[in-house]
Amino acid sequence: MRWLIRGAHLLDPGSGLDRTGDLLVEEGVIARIGGEIRVDGEVEEVAGKGLVVTPSFLDLHVHLREPGKEYAETIESGVLGALAGGFGGLVCMPNTTPPLDTNASVRFVVEEARRCSPVDVMPAGAITKGRSGEKLAEFGDLVDGGAVAVTDDGDTVADSGLMRRALEYARQFDLPVFTHPEDKNLSRGGVIHEGVVSTRLGLKGIPAAAEEIGIARDIRLAELTGGRLHVQHVSTARGAQLVRHAKEKGLRVTAETAPHYLALTDESLAGYDTNRKMNPPLRPAADRDALREALREGVLDAVATDHAPHAPHEKDREFDAAPFGVLGLETALAVLITHLVRPGHLSLETLVERMTCGPASVIGVAGGRIVEGAEARLTVFDPEASWVVDPNRFRSPSRNTPFAGERLRGEVRTVVIGGRVIAVGPRCGDNPDFPAPLSS
Amino acid sequence: MKLARKHLLGLEGVSRSEIETILNAAESFKEILDRKIPKVPTLRGKTAVNLFFEPSTRTRVSFELAEKRLSADSISVAAKTSSSVKGESLIDTVKNLEAMKIDFLIVRHEAAGAAHFLASRIDVSVINAGDGCHEHPTQALLDLFTMRQRFGGLDGLKVVIIGDIAHSRVARSNLWGLKALGANVTICAPPTFLPPGIENLGAEVSTDLDDAIDGADVAMVLRIQKERQGEHLLPSFREYARLFGLNGKRAARLKKTGFIMHPGPMNRGVEIAPEVADGPRSVILDQVTNGVALRMAVLYLLSGGEIDDAMAH
Ligand SMILES: [Zn+2]
Repeated sequence: MRWLIRGAHLLDPGSGLDRTGDLLVEEGVIARIGGEIRVDGEVEEVAGKGLVVTPSFLDLHVHLREPGKEYAETIESGVLGALAGGFGGLVCMPNTTPPLDTNASVRFVVEEARRCSPVDVMPAGAITKGRSGEKLAEFGDLVDGGAVAVTDDGDTVADSGLMRRALEYARQFDLPVFTHPEDKNLSRGGVIHEGVVSTRLGLKGIPAAAEEIGIARDIRLAELTGGRLHVQHVSTARGAQLVRHAKEKGLRVTAETAPHYLALTDESLAGYDTNRKMNPPLRPAADRDALREALREGVLDAVATDHAPHAPHEKDREFDAAPFGVLGLETALAVLITHLVRPGHLSLETLVERMTCGPASVIGVAGGRIVEGAEARLTVFDPEASWVVDPNRFRSPSRNTPFAGERLRGEVRTVVIGGRVIAVGPRCGDNPDFPAPLSS
Repeated sequence: MKLARKHLLGLEGVSRSEIETILNAAESFKEILDRKIPKVPTLRGKTAVNLFFEPSTRTRVSFELAEKRLSADSISVAAKTSSSVKGESLIDTVKNLEAMKIDFLIVRHEAAGAAHFLASRIDVSVINAGDGCHEHPTQALLDLFTMRQRFGGLDGLKVVIIGDIAHSRVARSNLWGLKALGANVTICAPPTFLPPGIENLGAEVSTDLDDAIDGADVAMVLRIQKERQGEHLLPSFREYARLFGLNGKRAARLKKTGFIMHPGPMNRGVEIAPEVADGPRSVILDQVTNGVALRMAVLYLLSGGEIDDAMAH
């Protein structure tokens, strides 16, 4: 297989590459990067004018739902959705049924994902057995099975003593502990951010403090133990501030936020749209703005989607009864380009960093690099192309996106991965055989 | 005058002139209720379903009577919430009702936004009879009607709403309605009963009832929801009665013409002293009477009726 893209914007913040030029892939390896590459013989050539080539994206926060809720998402539909969004790797959460708390369950996910696609699926194992918050899971076994992190995501480890031991015990594997920070005594029963909007709508609120107390506790425990802490889905200004202070102190703390917190606010809940219900909830504009700033500064290392499929019948309910969570994989890039890059809140280069080497450093993997001789794991997108989000075209059987009907800019075109060139993107929804290999 | 809407889901965003249209229509229907045969053929052939997921006597009977006085076919369903996996979902229940060709769905549900949700999914006129802690528009409208009856108009009136504002749909609907009609609203409650940002919705906020009630025209007392005892909102009902209960001494601080309202059901001796509830300043039973005429007005206007027609009956 030989594939050549000509005159594209080659952008890899991890290796300092930012130029216009040609890129040649041979047998799955980046063979040459240059101004104008001359090749003899058979080659598939692509006009790259107006296109950006980056390392394929890495999503630190995905719910694949298999095993247990295959009607909402399977490993297969999840990885196809990841490809459609330009992701070549993802970390999946352990809150399946049964949960990923044993070597065998982690191994099952890794193997099933390998069967389906070349996307690198890296599970997070559970912190506690059964995710019940009571006893540590066997981290050593989880790591052997392929886990790259541990988390009880969806729930916080409420017992501070147990969380302390988790951070300590994980150190021997240099394993990051992902925390879903939430004081349930403050948030219980809440469905949206507590503030003037919850008052108007008569919905029970979740105060920002519920999240911030969780973050503050776990940062303090990371300091106590020397463990590696990763804060999931930071949604408040004060939460980002706590992470900033922890980093200034030199603690081993990283953090992520999700596209919806960067793009939307709680004001948009006025119509009780359950496709805008997630935990933590959408916050006011001041928090959204502070998150944009924290992402720009690198206080937040990564944008992770918290892709959380729920079937239409689960979401099409009264607001209180609908589950938390929204889809993210297939819209992330376009949402971020539309809401952050185009209005000037974030440079394209920084955005790409937070979707490639930023998340890679959180879990301590190399991540894709655009350098000669490296394995080709690339995403090609058109940052200008516009498209309208049509949930019926998603690879996921679920439809729960807050961006349905919105016109977005930025369209993923191709993922080069595992020696294959795969046409993807929103328009490939027309193609029943997606992902159709163009060449291999 | 006509009402250019199909549903009545809340009073937020409802204009002064729309509210006045409803109150004017209620005026006409009140006359009908005083006749020997208090029934008109206005909604003959129409079907109204009262779907109540929470127990209610007063509101449900009030709607049923309003429907029957207008000659609509009226069916009441006391349904159980299906938060469990086994039960039929709300939307399935209501889709079935819609399939039976009904014209009005009057719904009470414990989830805020339930009426909005249904209105966006079915082709039936939806009236919100109370959705969680969100709104209860017909209750507020009958309260406004009762106040207008006493004072002629609401401009500049001082109304104090006392009680668990955070969990009260009656308070929210009244706040929007009172503001639309030009009244000044003071919310009075312990801080645990004050929802965040309530001051941004145009109400004065007080935690001192003696002060708040001084010179007020109307004291609207809300029911203490005893079922919320586990939420640490109050140390005791005794202390609440001492600090926020409307007793005779406090009622005496109202204006001479002032009066007392309560949406019911009452906890006598907690939020309201018996002698106040049953005293000369209480208009609590007037509220109930007015409820029927007001709900007739709402049904009539939502079906496309005009006020002048109503007056002709
Ligand atoms: Zn989470």
